[in-house]
Amino acid sequence: MTLAQIANALGLALLTQEQDLTQITPSAGYTSDMLSCVMSGAPQKSLWITLQAHVNIVAVAALLELSAVIITEGAAVDAATIAKANEKNVILFSTPLSTFEVAGRLWELGLRAG
Amino acid sequence: MATEPDSSSRIITDQEVQQITRTEELAYELKVEEVMTRNVKCLEPDMQMSQALEMFRSERISGAPVVCGDILCGIVSLEDLIRCLTNYDLDALVREYMSANPVTIRYTDPVVEALKLFVTTKHGRLPVVDEHNRMLGILTKGDITMGMLEALQKDFQAEELRRYRASHLFEDIVSDRTSLILRYNIKPRDFTNGGAASSNIKRALVRLGANPQIARRCGIAVYEAEMNLIIHTINGGVIRVEIEPHQISIEATDDGPGIKDVELAMRPGYSTASDSVRELGFGAGMGLVNIQRCVDNMKLESTFGKGTRLRMKIFMNPDASVGEGHSAH
Repeated sequence: MTLAQIANALGLALLTQEQDLTQITPSAGYTSDMLSCVMSGAPQKSLWITLQAHVNIVAVAALLELSAVIITEGAAVDAATIAKANEKNVILFSTPLSTFEVAGRLWELGLRAG
Repeated sequence: MATEPDSSSRIITDQEVQQITRTEELAYELKVEEVMTRNVKCLEPDMQMSQALEMFRSERISGAPVVCGDILCGIVSLEDLIRCLTNYDLDALVREYMSANPVTIRYTDPVVEALKLFVTTKHGRLPVVDEHNRMLGILTKGDITMGMLEALQKDFQAEELRRYRASHLFEDIVSDRTSLILRYNIKPRDFTNGGAASSNIKRALVRLGANPQIARRCGIAVYEAEMNLIIHTINGGVIRVEIEPHQISIEATDDGPGIKDVELAMRPGYSTASDSVRELGFGAGMGLVNIQRCVDNMKLESTFGKGTRLRMKIFMNPDASVGEGHSAH
């Protein structure tokens, strides 16, 4: 399942620069708002669902080579975070849905934990 | 972009500028003379159109410049030749059918100027001249494509070479003990740059040809050490990474405040982070635990009121390297 299909199914808004999302297939899903837990638990190429929206999520996503980050509950993402994500080639999505709902729907779509 | 009719009136945003491709950059960097075809077959004004026809046929070309001596004075295109043929006028002179004062391009112009001319004039070829209108060559879109492909190929080879040189650094330099030392000064509460040192170290390791898993583990360990310096220290600290062919030694040092109880600090979930830092997603009490998981060897020494020194080692040989950290002491 590609990021394009996921973004479409969940109605996710892409915050970062346009790119071909049909070419990216997340390996798994992971959710936590504690960055150290993500560091320790998120598999490579996985999709990270979080409420955190500040610039440090980009460093984590880049270091772990995550497929994308879904920022939930419509949390405000500042311009610095988006600029940094574009610089580091990290994909950020936003959704008004809760973390629980996003995880549930991704699971229904067939995405699993790593 | 040149094909968009309103491109000149559009303002390019900073974000778009960042996305300008290497090919677009090359259109500005490459000069016409670098991609043009030299030694072009030329006609002269007093030749007969039948000679032009013969040249087009034998050379398989669809146009040729006309020169007086070495000065460009016209161009004969396929349309000009067809006009001549419809008139059954092959005995006529080239000067009667050529298009005089053709659109030209200077040899010193960037390729992008030629691309603009191709779009605005709809010509298939442009004669290349110098400041005295002397004929130097001819430029087609095909020449530009070939020139760009060659330039991209050169870029690619240069990058390969850099990567090769970096990954053979340790083989090329002979000494009894070769190592590369990277130092990063970390400022307290500098959350904006959090992760910069670890990302740079990881990239250096990949360039040096380290196993990707080892580069990743090193990245995670350094990230946690880096964030600890940002979150907890009074004056920041220093991260020093020594890369040797067989191991990576990482040291994070600071001058305070120091850890009251090292054993407690190592316990998963224990954290002294403030509420404001926790709101950012730090302070899970997993940092040191993560480091331990990622390195082969870890030593944490601290004196409360004085400072902390964290030393870590990762072995380069994947067989010797177990990660999942052995011991805290």
